[in-house]
Amino acid sequence: MSTIRMRISPAGDVLDVKALIRHPMESGNREDKSTGKKIPANYIQKLMVAVNGENVMDGNLSEAVSKNPYLNIKVPGKKGDEVTISWNSNTGESDEATQSA
Amino acid sequence: MQTKRRVFLKGSLAASAAGLAVGAGLLSPRAVLASEWPTAAFDATKMDAGLNELFGTADAAESGDVSVKAPDIAENGAVVPVTVESSIADANQVAIFVSKNPTPLVASFDLSGANPFVSTRIRMGETDNVTGVVNAGGKLYKASKEVKVTIGGCGG
Repeated sequence: MSTIRMRISPAGDVLDVKALIRHPMESGNREDKSTGKKIPANYIQKLMVAVNGENVMDGNLSEAVSKNPYLNIKVPGKKGDEVTISWNSNTGESDEATQSA
Repeated sequence: MQTKRRVFLKGSLAASAAGLAVGAGLLSPRAVLASEWPTAAFDATKMDAGLNELFGTADAAESGDVSVKAPDIAENGAVVPVTVESSIADANQVAIFVSKNPTPLVASFDLSGANPFVSTRIRMGETDNVTGVVNAGGKLYKASKEVKVTIGGCGG
């Protein structure tokens, strides 16, 4: 199952895209209380949004973005256009999802 | 006929080599498109240094054309909703800073078509200003909003 969920509301020539990504966004500052060891950093660094395969936004995130990142942006597009969101983390993991407006 | 077959074989060989490279993750189409994650800007421990690393200047003018929406009081610093919006037409970058966080740069967004509007949820260590910075044609514009934080959201 994809880690990316999105809701797209077309309004004229703009798509209002709300995305919720399931990710721990581990800062690297937290300790595992049972072992006393630091939990290694694991967070999304790149977050890309494309409409019909064309990049419209290229985001850089840090560990200061909350767990399960939420993003609301407004991109050019109309009903029926394909919105693709993809991410890469500092640990080399990635995911991608595409949805029609 | 012979030569055509030769050309065809050569062509398909070349194509399959490229296909293999993509399949093996050597050439990810999206990784090629995306710019580098700005490590130095995110590592900076002072907001001015972060601005310098990200935009090449820390000279940002207070502007009424940038708006930062955030709650007056955040009980939980781990989840603070923030919206940065601008009416500047040629804005091509939006960044969010929290100056007292260990590394002030929270996130930056390069726009190539998207409107200068970003709403997300961030972590704040203590009561502080959330600053939205917008880059339009090499000039920086900013606005801030103070958020009182009851419980910090950095360690734990």
